[in-house]
Amino acid sequence: MTSTNASNQELPPAAAPPVPAMRIRVRALDFFYGTTRALSNINLDIPDQRITAFIGPSGCGKSTLLRVFNRMYELYPDQRAQGEVIVDGENILAPGSDVALLRAKIGMVFQKPTPFPMSVFDNVAFGIRLYERLPKAELTDRVENALRRAALWDEVKDKLARSGLSLSGGQQQRLCIARSIAVRPQVILFDEPTSALDPISTAKIEELMRELTADYTIAIVTHNMQQAARVSDRVAFMYLGELIECGDTEKIFTNPDRKQTEDYITGRFG
Amino acid sequence: MGTNQEHTIRSYDTELARLTTEIVRMGELAAAQLEAAIDVVERRDERAAMRVVENDDAIDALEHETSHDVVRLLALRAPMARDLREVFAALRIAADIERIGDYAANVAKRAIPLSMAAPVAPARGLRRLSELATAAVRKVLDAYRSRDAQKAHEVWDEDVHLDEAYTGLFRELLTYMMEDPRRITACTHLLFMAKNIERIGDHATNIAENVWFAVTGEPLQAPRKKGDETTEPVMPHLGKP
Amino acid sequence: MIGLYARRKLVDRISRVLMPFAAFIGLFFLAWILWISFSHGLSALRWDLFVNDTPPPGTDSYGMRNAFVGSLILIGMAMLLGIPVGLLAGTWLAEYGGQRRLARGVRFLNDIMLSAPSIEIGLFAYAILVDPLKHFSAISGSVALAMLMIPIVTRTTDEMLALVHADMRESAVALGAPMWKVISKITWKAARNGILTGILIALARISGETAPLLFTALNNQYFSLDPLRPMANLPVVIFQFAMSPYANWQKMAWAGVLIAICFILLLSIVSRLVLNRGTAKS
Repeated sequence: MTSTNASNQELPPAAAPPVPAMRIRVRALDFFYGTTRALSNINLDIPDQRITAFIGPSGCGKSTLLRVFNRMYELYPDQRAQGEVIVDGENILAPGSDVALLRAKIGMVFQKPTPFPMSVFDNVAFGIRLYERLPKAELTDRVENALRRAALWDEVKDKLARSGLSLSGGQQQRLCIARSIAVRPQVILFDEPTSALDPISTAKIEELMRELTADYTIAIVTHNMQQAARVSDRVAFMYLGELIECGDTEKIFTNPDRKQTEDYITGRFG
Repeated sequence: MGTNQEHTIRSYDTELARLTTEIVRMGELAAAQLEAAIDVVERRDERAAMRVVENDDAIDALEHETSHDVVRLLALRAPMARDLREVFAALRIAADIERIGDYAANVAKRAIPLSMAAPVAPARGLRRLSELATAAVRKVLDAYRSRDAQKAHEVWDEDVHLDEAYTGLFRELLTYMMEDPRRITACTHLLFMAKNIERIGDHATNIAENVWFAVTGEPLQAPRKKGDETTEPVMPHLGKP
Repeated sequence: MIGLYARRKLVDRISRVLMPFAAFIGLFFLAWILWISFSHGLSALRWDLFVNDTPPPGTDSYGMRNAFVGSLILIGMAMLLGIPVGLLAGTWLAEYGGQRRLARGVRFLNDIMLSAPSIEIGLFAYAILVDPLKHFSAISGSVALAMLMIPIVTRTTDEMLALVHADMRESAVALGAPMWKVISKITWKAARNGILTGILIALARISGETAPLLFTALNNQYFSLDPLRPMANLPVVIFQFAMSPYANWQKMAWAGVLIAICFILLLSIVSRLVLNRGTAKS
């Protein structure tokens, strides 16, 4: 019975592999700032080679969730996560899980471009040097590769020795992306990566993110609904620390299931 | 159903409401045009027929206005989800109404040569057909105004009656023509008129589909009771035994 | 409404006049001090100053070599002691302490140290070093000066590191860098100019201090490089010579004042150059 049904089904879209593997699985995740609950019972899968966008009003917990994925919250003593976040079959919240290895696997790009106070080259090499001791030539190759991948090479190949701070805002952000890529992660988290950039730089970053889906799992937090619509394959809408709805981008933006989602994306909120 | 809550940006609501008003007004105009056209046929009034034909410009102008508003809404408001469906549906509904207006004008246009020929009996069947079509248009406009998906669905279902009435009239006209070849000219005009009115019904069902989509977000795909007599309406006689 | 606006305008006008006036008062005294120092000091400048040591009373000999060298040694040792402590304390406050109670306590104490009279610091150094060792020493002077430096360096380091955007730290952490690497490779570099400025301010502050040295390094009429013995130094020599009845001693005091001022001026200029080069590169 089921087999006949399956054979009758339409073919999946040709552009992407039919069923992407789930790179990150979140199960029953709670998060606390001190005694304040910021996330409650989040259950979510993030597919590989796709862009998953997190949207929702300020304070809904989307950035918090992103910062659980690389355990960034551990920098702050009163923040605490409970539940399971499974990356490659390993619960990263379990005691004894190696945080440095996790962060090598999961890169992050921030709202403000944050080039380190050193040369363009050293910026990109910084992450590589943390994990590997490479001969000079190989290091140079890796840096060039990362810069090419981040669509920045042509603009900076003659100023590798200049300070990373001398680049324009959009270039700085792509430098930060190159820096993440250089470590060869599997996942890249973007926390409002273009909110400080002009539309052209924004378009370049968005195009870059699309290109990166070939090799990486991407999660992006954005306040810009159009950006989520333009760039993502899946959208997760969060509100007051809960995951309200998660689905294909097209579905969410044309016909979401939940009224809260609809109200938010059509601009009927509060 | 749906959201009654207002947008945070109030003028957005005003613009969406304006779009609905424009479309309903356009629809009313088109329905009135059809009624006037049938009147003209029965009264054999050439002058009035010309007026009906000229009135179609008003509908075309409204359609332009609506398209303009839709483009502006898309560009400036970037509507999402239900709003997007509404705006999209508005564009398509406006196009359907514009076609309805054209068909009504066509009917009026044919009234002029028809009034020069000797009257034929089946002209009365035309009135029944047009009443069904006008009712469908009015009802679907009502469904649109109140965002009533159920009512839209009814219009969609009821199109079968219009198709049946058309098939009936078609046969009647054929019989007339076969009985007396002198009636062929008049009957041909009537045939085309009937065809136009039947098409108006089809556009009413298109509108119903768009209302359904705007409200529910799903395409209208219920198993349609295809009146067995009416196959593809473009060339109904070819399929007949 | 109108009344409020009119009053604001009036206040604005008054402040526009008063503020340049206040600036003028400050600049006026600064110019006056420079004028006095230069007018007295320039004529007292002689090459002998850098060749001979301070003369015994009643002689015509002219020189302050021991005081210059002594001051440089005292300041150098104070820097060696004070900068690492201040830098590390400030780093701890900014990077680890944050707003924790312990950090806030340390900050509070540091602020008290910052405003403590320097003579008190001198007495403290006397109590812990001079008294137990039974004699004055250069090292005790340096300890006193270092203790004056530490709160300044701590405070500026703390504040400058706090200015480094949290995103910068987090992006380094996100790459998997351990905290010590984040601090030494990233945040210190990002705050480098501010921290250097703090160190230079501290340096300027201690290079003119007399009071704490009176109880510690004391003075030495002779040339000495031994940190465990009393050591000549510019501020105390100026103090003693200025108070003396001998005309050539008073002249030397003016020369010393001029050189001290020039030293600080030079320090400021060099630091500006260094900082400017730093920012121009970045």
